[in-house]
Amino acid sequence: MSNSLRVFFIGGLTSYRALFNWLSPWILIPSFFVAPLFQILLFAYIGRQTGLEDDRFYVIGNAIQYSAIPCLFAMANTIADERFTQTLGFILVSPAKRLPLFVGRALPVILSGVLVAAFGLTVGSLLLHVHLPASAIAPLALVVGVSAASCTGLGLANAALGLRVRETAVSSNIIFGFLLIFCGVNVPLQKLPAWMSTAAQGLPLTHGIEAARRLAEGQGLGRVGGLIAAEALVGAIWGFLGYTSLRLMEVQSRRHATLERA
Amino acid sequence: MRTVRLLALGWAFNLKMLSQSAFDGFLGVLWPLFFATIAFFMYRAGRNDASLLYASLGASVMGVWSSTSVAASSAVQRQRRVGTLELVVAAPAHFSLVMLPVTVAMSTIGIYSMAATLFWGRFLFHIHIHIVHPLIFCVAIPAIVLSIGMLGFLLSVTVVRYRTAWALGNMLEYRIWLVCGFLVPVSLFPGWARPFSWVLAPTWGVNAIRGAALGTGSPLRDVAVCIALGLVYAALGVLLTETVLRSARRTASLALT
Repeated sequence: MSNSLRVFFIGGLTSYRALFNWLSPWILIPSFFVAPLFQILLFAYIGRQTGLEDDRFYVIGNAIQYSAIPCLFAMANTIADERFTQTLGFILVSPAKRLPLFVGRALPVILSGVLVAAFGLTVGSLLLHVHLPASAIAPLALVVGVSAASCTGLGLANAALGLRVRETAVSSNIIFGFLLIFCGVNVPLQKLPAWMSTAAQGLPLTHGIEAARRLAEGQGLGRVGGLIAAEALVGAIWGFLGYTSLRLMEVQSRRHATLERA
Repeated sequence: MRTVRLLALGWAFNLKMLSQSAFDGFLGVLWPLFFATIAFFMYRAGRNDASLLYASLGASVMGVWSSTSVAASSAVQRQRRVGTLELVVAAPAHFSLVMLPVTVAMSTIGIYSMAATLFWGRFLFHIHIHIVHPLIFCVAIPAIVLSIGMLGFLLSVTVVRYRTAWALGNMLEYRIWLVCGFLVPVSLFPGWARPFSWVLAPTWGVNAIRGAALGTGSPLRDVAVCIALGLVYAALGVLLTETVLRSARRTASLALT
């Protein structure tokens, strides 16, 4: 048990630090802190031009959605890049349990997602003079945490894909784009075509963003409990799918001797 | 004549190479489509449905910049990584004549994205594009592609000492979309922000494209300013290249950054 905990916490953190090559401040600051602000500004200005929603709608939507950048890219890097560093074989022949081995890498990723969303919410609100009630701060932190964890579940599935395809940057960008369109980040779900808003129910961030918007409107945590639970459930399902896919890819790569091929 | 041949061949070879890359080719087309789709939904759902054509024309240019910003900012790093930088610098042709077609090829790849965005708008959002001045429209497209390529060239030599320059290019992507008024009019920004738009060639390029299609403004003047600014970027890039290369030779740091 203690060995699994060590693999989960220490192994996870070590893998994150070793394989997520965005941790240099020269990449981290532009990618995690500057880019989300411009995404918020871009859509807030389109929103002003179209008169669709107010600035608060775009600040909350885009700040939380941008947590997908670490959740998708970092998760893919910390697993799929084992192959590029030629350490995947060593990892997979080790006797370590697979659940702490893979899922442990998700913990620092979730924290990064929370950091990005919190920064976007805070600075985006200051830039656009959006008021968030003080009573909503703690519940918003919970929603941001659940949303980042949920999106990391999808990131785990993306990482599994990285054991089969070469360009995880492409798949991460594509998933990010789909989340941006489908999850009601910039267009209210009821204004999207019905099939899109239905599909959004099965995607991470959709319920989290909705919960955060309601909290910012002054609703209590009890009123959005269902949305937070739905977000957690969606994340758990994606996490399970991701973990299962990782195991499947591992078995397949052993069977076909394709571990180092992409 | 040899210079023209070098530029043309460099452009053609780099265009072929970029077309083979999933990141630069496929994603280059798809990525701006995500943003264009959201913009179309927002304009259609908002109070300003008539502006869909305005948004469609601006969104089509987003891909030209997207395909240039990240790739151009890391263009010199890429040469360094694949081990061709010393060879290119030591070649009798000026370094700028090798790098300029590289970045122009990157912006040319954006034409795929431009066409894809216009078709996407036409078939999924029923945005009919009626072009009032087709000839000027046809001139405005290569003008903006060329000037964005030259802006990419200036960017590539400006950030040559920045090892992770791709992150800077990535950061500039939304900024240019926003500041150059691709999706919202520049007049919406605070007064202090507008001069930034005026010195950026894409602002004039997208104005020219809109003006030619909608029959508004002075598209020919906009094309001229767009090209002139592109030439200024190229001249600044050449001057900067001289300084950077001289410094790299003096400190023997060409391969070290």
